[in-house]
Amino acid sequence: MAKFNMDPKKHPMPSQDPLVRNKNFKEVALGYDEETAIDEAKRCLNCKNQPCVAGCPVNVAIPEFIALVAEGKFEEAYQVIARTSSLPAVCGRVCPQETQCEGKCTRGIKGEPVGIGRLERFVADWHNSHATQAPAKPVPNGHKVAIVGSGPAGLTCAGDLAKLGYDVTVFEALHLAGGVLVYGIPEFRLPKAIVEKEVDNLKALGVKVMTDMVIGKVLTIDELKEEFGFEAVFLGTGAGLPRFMNIPGENAKGVFSANEYLTRSNLMKAYEPDSETPIFHAKKVAVVGGGNVAMDAARSAKRLGADVVYIVYRRSEAELPARREEVEHAKEEEIVFKLLTNPVEVLADSDDNVVGLRCIEMELGEPDASGRRRPIEKKGSEFTMDVDCVIMALGTSPNPLLKKTTQGLDTKPRGEIVADENGKTSLDGVYAGGDAVTGAATVILAMGAGKTAAKAMDEYIRSKA
Amino acid sequence: MYRILKKKSLNPTVTLMEIEAPFVARKARAGQFIILRADERGERIPLTVAGCNKQTGAVTIIFQVVGGATMTLNALNEGECIADFVGPLGNPTEVEGIKKACVVGGGVGCAIALPVVRELHEMGCEVTSIVGFRSKDLVILEDEFRAASDKFVMMTDDGSYGEKGNVTLPLKRMLEAGETFDRVITIGPLIMMKFVALATKEYNIPTIASMNPIMIDGTGMCGGCRLTVGGETKFACVDGPDFDAHLVDFDEAMKRSRTYAEFEAKAREKHCNLFKKEAN
Repeated sequence: MAKFNMDPKKHPMPSQDPLVRNKNFKEVALGYDEETAIDEAKRCLNCKNQPCVAGCPVNVAIPEFIALVAEGKFEEAYQVIARTSSLPAVCGRVCPQETQCEGKCTRGIKGEPVGIGRLERFVADWHNSHATQAPAKPVPNGHKVAIVGSGPAGLTCAGDLAKLGYDVTVFEALHLAGGVLVYGIPEFRLPKAIVEKEVDNLKALGVKVMTDMVIGKVLTIDELKEEFGFEAVFLGTGAGLPRFMNIPGENAKGVFSANEYLTRSNLMKAYEPDSETPIFHAKKVAVVGGGNVAMDAARSAKRLGADVVYIVYRRSEAELPARREEVEHAKEEEIVFKLLTNPVEVLADSDDNVVGLRCIEMELGEPDASGRRRPIEKKGSEFTMDVDCVIMALGTSPNPLLKKTTQGLDTKPRGEIVADENGKTSLDGVYAGGDAVTGAATVILAMGAGKTAAKAMDEYIRSKA
Repeated sequence: MYRILKKKSLNPTVTLMEIEAPFVARKARAGQFIILRADERGERIPLTVAGCNKQTGAVTIIFQVVGGATMTLNALNEGECIADFVGPLGNPTEVEGIKKACVVGGGVGCAIALPVVRELHEMGCEVTSIVGFRSKDLVILEDEFRAASDKFVMMTDDGSYGEKGNVTLPLKRMLEAGETFDRVITIGPLIMMKFVALATKEYNIPTIASMNPIMIDGTGMCGGCRLTVGGETKFACVDGPDFDAHLVDFDEAMKRSRTYAEFEAKAREKHCNLFKKEAN
């Protein structure tokens, strides 16, 4: 048996056929089997300088776990990942590896990088379906911390602090823990059973999760500290406030924020026939925006039975902020891209049902502050798209609810919480991270921020003890 | 899980429940609401807090059985639990500085209006209550309203109890006779609130409507509950549910409230058949 597999290409991911999967909510990518995982693991050269580790925001010991996979030691590989990552089954699925670990992989210089994400996913899934032993509970250190929000940032922060022996309570406003992992990212990209399993893994470490708790309303930050004795608080409340375009007709029946549409579908399982939550079954859908959320909404609409689904985006294909892979998947599933197009008005009938979307064609001008070429309207190019549903996926901002009820918590004009590089906010003992600080970003960056804040909170509490 | 401490039928389609939810009870104020989910398959539905007891941790909700979710809820009994109960959400009704108020409630909206009436009454405000129902057998909370009001008017659409007609009749009559109020607060069906707003606008009487759009999360993350108020888009769950009634686009709100009419009708039918089968 050769020590290395020198194939320049990584093992492809077995997937459901595009025209079958666009009619169901089952996971698109099916994952490696043991044999494929071992063979892919053998592509790793175990480089000395380990550029992949530096590319990972939570610094998973990548060559170390991959070497164990190559030897068929899957549980041992899992334990290596678990040292630094609390959500490997999630990260292996939704991280943009191409710009992180895999983007730095030496094998990627003369071919394709090692399928690090696919291997991480394989190892986490293998653990979740084979491991029988409960993890050893850390020795309690007698200190209490509160985590507000159970998204990727909060869960990571909770996991790291629990491993250090802290008594951790996570407060979640919705009825399920997971944040965007349960309400935003669809089942076909990230099965909810996997998120639940990761949350259960945290509970096994002693983390308490209190759902139905809207902090800022039911309890304030001050009450958490003074009345309930939490010595430090982490705010991982995300960026869940949807933006709208403020164009005429936007409140017509059949116009939704992507958050609403996806929450109904994912969190409330409205795609299942026996769910009590209704969802709008449209035939011709326009999704406005070009990010991952827009792709998720478009692909969900297709699965809910739409005949035609358009992505309406004001820049060109090169500027689409969504992951390349998600754009490819959307195209395979027959989502139609209307690029360099911007809506100007939602048209409705006398009963306010959406009957069309008035758009204008755009062209690209000079690069703007973000470095992307600014879209400019082409005069006289207006046209109408025949649709009965419009989903706005224009991005989100942090929810102002916490700011309104927390005196002395500094925020930026758009609502982002002001925090230093360790997550420390303007309030003593209060830390923050993830989208609540950066505005809408990625799962893995939120996890990295949760990790950094956990370290700073530990130092803060120990300095006071 | 949240235990049902008490269940009582107020009329053939309206039920009162007291739910054990101590965190909600210690904070909730008149005008605020909760979101509940009866069971694991359930929809999240908003209901206004109709009262709470800080000592016992009980929160009172009063709901009309209108569709799938409320039928599921109504099938539960004392001692059983509901899956989720989140709140208090929204802003409390502003009552500060009001010396003379008129509260206009319609149907099950009266259950929401009562805590406001009580709060006003307790702070020494002179309260006129006008309540309206379709007919006599649907009347709820009459004694409670009388006890907390300086003046009380009962209306029924068919005249089977109190005075015949809708709630705007006595309101208009009072205003025409020169009566004034610091504030009119109206809670009930959208069409009723629209006409109350039209009546008071003529006399420039500050009027607040408690809006009841479709909601999902109730925390400001989806915009399902958005309304147009004074030309601007507002989210009722975080900016409201109370708004200046003279600025609310009621026609738009009424159309939006029918977004899922077809689904709701089907769900109702399915539930009815299910309950019929169980009864047999």
